[in-house]
Amino acid sequence: MGTTRIAGQEIEVNKDGFMSNPDQWSPEIAAELAREAGIDPLTDKHWQVIDFCRRDAADKGEAPGVRRITKNAGVSMKEMYQLFPRGPGILSAKISGLTKPKGCI
Amino acid sequence: MTDHGNGNGDAPRKVAIICSKGSLDMAYPGLILANAARMMGIDAVLFFTFWGMDVIHDKRVDKLHTGIVGNPATHMPAMVAGLPGMEGLATKMMKKKIDELDIPTVREMIEILDDAGAEIYGCQMAAEMMDIDKKDLLPQVREIITAMDFFDKSEGAQTIFI
Repeated sequence: MGTTRIAGQEIEVNKDGFMSNPDQWSPEIAAELAREAGIDPLTDKHWQVIDFCRRDAADKGEAPGVRRITKNAGVSMKEMYQLFPRGPGILSAKISGLTKPKGCI
Repeated sequence: MTDHGNGNGDAPRKVAIICSKGSLDMAYPGLILANAARMMGIDAVLFFTFWGMDVIHDKRVDKLHTGIVGNPATHMPAMVAGLPGMEGLATKMMKKKIDELDIPTVREMIEILDDAGAEIYGCQMAAEMMDIDKKDLLPQVREIITAMDFFDKSEGAQTIFI
């Protein structure tokens, strides 16, 4: 557990580099985390995923897996890989200010 | 240097999974691991061989069975496991659980892997032995390849045999 500077703010992160306090998240932080993952800019489709992830995590207490996202956020599996080419399973959660999804699918 | 965000610096990580089993319970491990790899941005190559050919066979993929004979982890006396109907029952129970947990079917898993950019191959020697043609296989299977082709395609990969 430590802190790092993202978008000019001290942010708590866990050992895997995921934000450990989702309340510190902001759209500016999302944009910076996305840039670090090679995604620039965040499109409406990205926001569709991020909004679902944040809503779902607030409800369920953990980040949704890719299958859950494709079933509920209106994006296909193929699109998930176009939106997050370096790994939709981890990046959807990371950019949404959540920790790594716990499920296997 | 490009950081792929996978802890491997500039070289993208890659996994090659050899799937040699054709039972329902042994089809999933390779598929789930390959999918997990893709979800983390790790490249994945799947090579189906011998009994694993059933997993990518269009007419057989939906009829895979759970093997229980000779498997002590079923916690069932060996004689009982061998009784007629037991394998069918075990298969039915496993499929019910898979459905309850919202785990994709094997056919869906193959579609997901293809959408995720995983490379799926069949084994040439197994295809010849079993009189299987490329057209008998699921459309997501890219090619039927030889063992030597597999080594070309899996260069630099972490290899898993199932």
